[in-house]
Amino acid sequence: MSIGGLHMPTDLFTRRTLIAAGGAVAATWVSGRLVPARAQGLAATPSMRGGSNNYIPNAPIVDRIGGGGFWMTGTVRRAGDGVPLAGQRIQIWAHTTEGYERDPHSHGATLTDANGEFRLEMPQIVPAFGQPHGHLAYDSDEFETVFLRPVMSSSQDTSLRADFVLKPA
Amino acid sequence: MRRGRTILVWSGLLAVIATPLAAAAASPLLAWRDPIYIAAGFAGIVAMILLLVQPLLIGGYLPGLPGQRGRRVHRVIGLALVTAVAIHVAGLWITSPPDVIDALLFASPTPFSDWGVIAMWAVIAAAVLAVFRRRLRLRLRTWRLGHTALVAVTVLCSVVHAILIEGTMETLSKLVLCTLVVLAAVKVVTDLRVWAIRR
Repeated sequence: MSIGGLHMPTDLFTRRTLIAAGGAVAATWVSGRLVPARAQGLAATPSMRGGSNNYIPNAPIVDRIGGGGFWMTGTVRRAGDGVPLAGQRIQIWAHTTEGYERDPHSHGATLTDANGEFRLEMPQIVPAFGQPHGHLAYDSDEFETVFLRPVMSSSQDTSLRADFVLKPA
Repeated sequence: MRRGRTILVWSGLLAVIATPLAAAAASPLLAWRDPIYIAAGFAGIVAMILLLVQPLLIGGYLPGLPGQRGRRVHRVIGLALVTAVAIHVAGLWITSPPDVIDALLFASPTPFSDWGVIAMWAVIAAAVLAVFRRRLRLRLRTWRLGHTALVAVTVLCSVVHAILIEGTMETLSKLVLCTLVVLAAVKVVTDLRVWAIRR
């Protein structure tokens, strides 16, 4: 579709983005009311529903999961002041072209760099259980455990992003 | 003329049944699934197809299966439908237990799971009501309204469940099948005037 030279993506407002936007608005409103005194502080990321499904503790740190071709990226910051956290271990797994979520070879971990960023190559994620989605875990001792389950806006995407804001354990 | 209608209706129904199955069999997702997960998905498609056949049988719309004969086949297909749903859930459970446990507890991150689980309980309830109809000594009106209400929930929730899923079903054939399922259910309820029974 092209209107006056502007390309309109057909999935500008998917159900997912609308729900996400609604949730974000609601979350902002709720947290704003609950902690007015700490309104400037960065809130910790809560675990997502189903985030820990098929989690395997102690997945090894790897250069790449399987043959690669897909990138999982994100950042890890500290709650409150938002300082980037270096050297934090993030575990990643998904149903990909090379295996199921529960397969040990679908799991791998990586460490954040000096800017608190992480980036791990893995096989292409394919839709499983109705949605193309990935799983990430922060599961070390220093901060509270967080499980994320981001959903790809399209199963054709070749990357997925998830950001962590951690609260000391 | 009658023979022409028979051939037309049955070949039409066959095409409606075969198209979504064939389209799903061509899905690229199958390459990355094992036989149990594939069977679970296809059991879901079969269940949706049987959901279309059921009202056609009870309404006597299928040539060669009018009245009582249609009703007898409706009972057999009802059993097959519940079995298909059981295979669907069991296959998914084997594939990823935590996802199915989340769904059954209504704690899943995916809304379509809730619709599917509601449809599952509704179809089981509709079948149980049918099995115990005599023993419960239900009035015709109570039985018909009860069974119809449970089936209505089954149809509505199954359709929403299927449409929200990004899976092996091809989009257009899925939408056509879902539309026909709803239309067939609405037609039989209207034709039999289920709400007007006094007994």
